[in-house]
Amino acid sequence: MKSLSRLFAIIKKEVRQLRRDRLTFGMIVGLPVVQMLLFGYAINTDVRNLKTAVSNLADTHLSREFVAQLGQTQVVDIIDFVATPEKLEEALRRGRVSIGVVIPSDFDRRMNDPKRPAVQLLVDGSDPTILGVANQLRVMPLTFAAGQPFATTTQEIEVRPYYNPERRTPVNIIPGLMGVILTMTMILFTAVAIVRERERGNLELLINTPVSSAELMIGKIVPYIIIGMLQLALILGVGRLLFDVPVRGSVIELYLAASAFVAANLALGLLISTAARTQFQAFQMMVFILLPSILLSGFMFPFDGMPEAAQYLGEILPNTHFIRLTRGIMLREASLGELLPDLYYLLGFALVAMTLAAKRFARRLD
Amino acid sequence: MPSNYAIEARGLSKHFGELKAVSGLDLKVPRGQIYGFLGPNGSGKSTTIRMLCGLLTPTEGTATVLDTEIPADARILKPKIGYMTQRFSLFGDLTVFENLQFISEIYSYPAADRARRIDELLGKYDLEAQRKQLAGTMSGGQRQRLALACAVLHHPDLLLLDEPTSAVDPQSRRDFWENLFRLASDGTTILVSTHYMDEAERCHRLAILDHGLKVADGTPRELQAATGMHIVEVVAGDPYAAQAAIHDLEPVASVTQLGVRLRVLIPERFEDPIALVERALADQGLAATVRLNDASLEDVFVAVTMEPEDKA
Repeated sequence: MKSLSRLFAIIKKEVRQLRRDRLTFGMIVGLPVVQMLLFGYAINTDVRNLKTAVSNLADTHLSREFVAQLGQTQVVDIIDFVATPEKLEEALRRGRVSIGVVIPSDFDRRMNDPKRPAVQLLVDGSDPTILGVANQLRVMPLTFAAGQPFATTTQEIEVRPYYNPERRTPVNIIPGLMGVILTMTMILFTAVAIVRERERGNLELLINTPVSSAELMIGKIVPYIIIGMLQLALILGVGRLLFDVPVRGSVIELYLAASAFVAANLALGLLISTAARTQFQAFQMMVFILLPSILLSGFMFPFDGMPEAAQYLGEILPNTHFIRLTRGIMLREASLGELLPDLYYLLGFALVAMTLAAKRFARRLD
Repeated sequence: MPSNYAIEARGLSKHFGELKAVSGLDLKVPRGQIYGFLGPNGSGKSTTIRMLCGLLTPTEGTATVLDTEIPADARILKPKIGYMTQRFSLFGDLTVFENLQFISEIYSYPAADRARRIDELLGKYDLEAQRKQLAGTMSGGQRQRLALACAVLHHPDLLLLDEPTSAVDPQSRRDFWENLFRLASDGTTILVSTHYMDEAERCHRLAILDHGLKVADGTPRELQAATGMHIVEVVAGDPYAAQAAIHDLEPVASVTQLGVRLRVLIPERFEDPIALVERALADQGLAATVRLNDASLEDVFVAVTMEPEDKA
């Protein structure tokens, strides 16, 4: 009973302090919105309008038609015509264009010979995404006004993009971004929570009162769980409004998953807080966790494509499991019951980190 | 059976690696008294106080604080002691009222009496006007009053004050000591560390610490009577030259200048200290009046904190 009232006292104090801390308050709302706008609009794996130069050595009616159709795909943006392939190479090297199109002088003849490629693409392979897009161009179906069918490539495997048929990047990015934003804000807030009180001298006062470590830890976490839930609502709202990102599964289950994830991150933040001596150290440690949470969690790169060692590391991160949960619930209409291992991992992680934090937080100064 | 002493420490030591912050400290603090720790910075005052409230684990030795063994049962002790840190440690981004309210909740002060107790403290410690002010924006004196109010809110039997007056003006210091005497007369035992002589003089008893060692303890009077030094006061026209003339005399332990006066400490085993000083001044052709004086606490402090070779 006394313990509970002490817990409420700490929660009340945290909320009061939070209300007066404009910077933190701004970050709660500002950080998710800015991140979503940045990632939602700037990151686009469905690349279009690559700058392209053409060297048309044939200069026939057919070849000019080919160039016009190439431009109509919108994948390339033809900005220049040059006389020789050497000029194309130079433009590539200088970075003026990403793709160079060489149309040989015997283009018309090659068109009718399925064994010989009619066109050569010079691609800036230093960016794998561009290379991937250029590969798409190979199977570009071309029909010419002359009525001659393009040398047909028979498609033996048909690809049907499930869950994101329009292949819009935000649909894929935002469920993952949710995890990244929550990782960033939740760990940041709690990581500095204990350290700040240590720096300001408050801790020396607190540990001389009857407050226990567990009361202090839980009292610090609870307000941020609520803030995490608000951020989640914000992200879902903005995602829906600006990027039309659906929640196909149950919103309640999404919130349940998020609660476990938020708790895991807050506990991790507290653990950092007990290890760091200054706010700056806490911040450094947070970055140390944030980067792998972005790179190794499956947010940026498909998890299965990562080297085995990186996958092991990724499995440790809460964000990896949360991204599986959000993509499952939001996009694949999966139920939480089908994703239990990931949920259990998050809960277990929260419990272990919390216990460690309370243990590490000595009620003494030495 | 409750002990007559609020604090009893036996051979308390704290080492931080090579640094011996406190060495073999024996201490007996009677209940209901104001007990002072006098010592320069780094003498081990804060470390001792932190050990006594369970914040630091002693390297060696034990202590009984309010009949509780330290550090084993520090948890039981917390509700019975009030602690005021050297640095302001309340929440700068909470108001005076919110700070007091938080402390009252943390100590589980009976909910029905909380508001009344907070009002009482605001009145007693002259903080009524600051009730809604953020603690971080207050003056040094106001912060100190708030810190004391928070430390005594739960009626502790023992107050540990770590240099409570180091950041406040003389008037605030006077008022602060008035408050301490009031608390002591209500039965609270107070352990207060300071490096001000006038404050040390106001304590019922005090211990002088130097380099982690207790070099003297007793009532201010006892200490003054037992310096083992002749206190020779010299009033000279040119005190600077007089100091130079006396300073290197073999028996002289220390010379301190106070305006035109010099206080000269000479161990008691040397006889006729006045003649000794007068002769040295005459040799240099300096005119001065020389007389014996009673020891002040400052003289005590100088005498007991001298390097060992100076005392010989």
